[in-house]
Amino acid sequence: MANDVIVIGAGIIGAACARALAVAGVQVTVVDRGTTASGTSAACEGNLLVSDKGPGHELQLAQYASSLWDGTVARLREELGRGFPSLEFDRKGGLVVATTAAGAGPLLDFAALQRGAGVEARVLDAAEARELEPDLTDSFQAAVFYPEDAQVQPAIATDALMASAQQHGARLLENAPVTGGIRDSSGALVGVQTPQGPLRAARVLIAAGPWSGEVAELLGVALPVRPRRGELLVTSRMPHRIFHKVYDGDYVGAVGSDAGDLQVSSVVESTAAGTVLIGSSRQQKGFDSRLEVEVLGQLAAKALRLFPFLAGAQVMRSYGGFRPFMPDHLPLIGEDPRLPGLWHATGHEGAGIGLSLATAELVRDLMLGAPTRIDAAPFQASRASLLPHLTGVAA
Amino acid sequence: MSPRMLPAGDDPIRPAATTPLAITLDGERLEGVAGQSIAGVILASGRLGFRRTSSADRPRGIFCGIGVCFDCLVEVDGARDVRACQRRAVDGNVVVTQHDALPVPPSSERGARND
Repeated sequence: MANDVIVIGAGIIGAACARALAVAGVQVTVVDRGTTASGTSAACEGNLLVSDKGPGHELQLAQYASSLWDGTVARLREELGRGFPSLEFDRKGGLVVATTAAGAGPLLDFAALQRGAGVEARVLDAAEARELEPDLTDSFQAAVFYPEDAQVQPAIATDALMASAQQHGARLLENAPVTGGIRDSSGALVGVQTPQGPLRAARVLIAAGPWSGEVAELLGVALPVRPRRGELLVTSRMPHRIFHKVYDGDYVGAVGSDAGDLQVSSVVESTAAGTVLIGSSRQQKGFDSRLEVEVLGQLAAKALRLFPFLAGAQVMRSYGGFRPFMPDHLPLIGEDPRLPGLWHATGHEGAGIGLSLATAELVRDLMLGAPTRIDAAPFQASRASLLPHLTGVAA
Repeated sequence: MSPRMLPAGDDPIRPAATTPLAITLDGERLEGVAGQSIAGVILASGRLGFRRTSSADRPRGIFCGIGVCFDCLVEVDGARDVRACQRRAVDGNVVVTQHDALPVPPSSERGARND
């Protein structure tokens, strides 16, 4: 079998997969209808969280990924040199706060479950929480600190992974939208059509984030990846007064929910430049990117519940993006049993930046037939929880 | 070309009589007329740059002039992060230029903090 792969999508998942495969000696071609990091990877926060994941397969994947980030950032810096912008990787830790009495019990119970799964989750008293975040609201009911949580500048991280992949021989074709698949006489997928001409490879990996469903349909299979909109506010620069990822305990419930209507849960953090990012919202409304003042208003109001001093901050801009939502809340990683030659690395919802590195290693090991570090079966398309959603058959 | 205010007598629009005002910029008195933005008063005084960037120490002043770029932030009467181009000057405004040093770089890039 030819040792080559086409990766569709130059976001962080595609870039990480391209790099892992190229380093392993695989011939990789990345195609994107736009440019590197032109979709979700440039319209998010760059959260590398274990704190929002309960025991289970996604937490395992997050812990796997977390173990890879420090070393990968150091290697990327060596490979790309000092001239490349900083990835702004910071293992700053996450502080989860229950702002209501009703929220305190569930937060503490959740933290206890996570500790059982190997997550460091320290329950803090008010004085300890204030030591970490002096400007935190006085009226919180419980606080848990997660030192493993980290942050990265997601667009720069994507660019860095792609640049490294190219240094290892990967080819990048930007502004090359895939228009269809190429099948061999047995019906297997052996390439894709683009306006620049056909591309052939033994395997085609879809890493198109929330657009993966559209791409899969072009190639002949249905995929239940749906866009879930999120909006963020950005303040003007200020001296650092927020030192960790600080979020409201109700965020965990919002992440895990299936609700399509608007959910707003506060996530607040400083960036290396000194701006403060204020998220997060979740809304299922297709690819509708129109600004909603109601959403921005709720974001601002909820952020004040955590940090009252932000009432005096200037909001400099807002932006939004689309998360790749999966109906069973697990990313899709591995071969598609319905169409030989088709592979997936998508559906990470709001966790793709963090999970990218572990996803890439799983894809690499599965493609090369090497043992995977964690069980990959729960992420594969053949899993039971996904079966009711895989209605399409290979054409 | 330098920024300047057209003398009222030469202005083809023939504006009505203006009301003078004065603000201070870092303690220095600048004169303008009612209706001008703070950016307008500063520009008319001949200043193009009144702030320097935190990373490369490059001069910055009015760039977009329409409230989008946030390059012209100043402190006005004690409130920081005011866009000079969006704020109407008021007689007696105390305007102070802003400079924020870059925050300390992320812990993991200057050496492990959590170890």
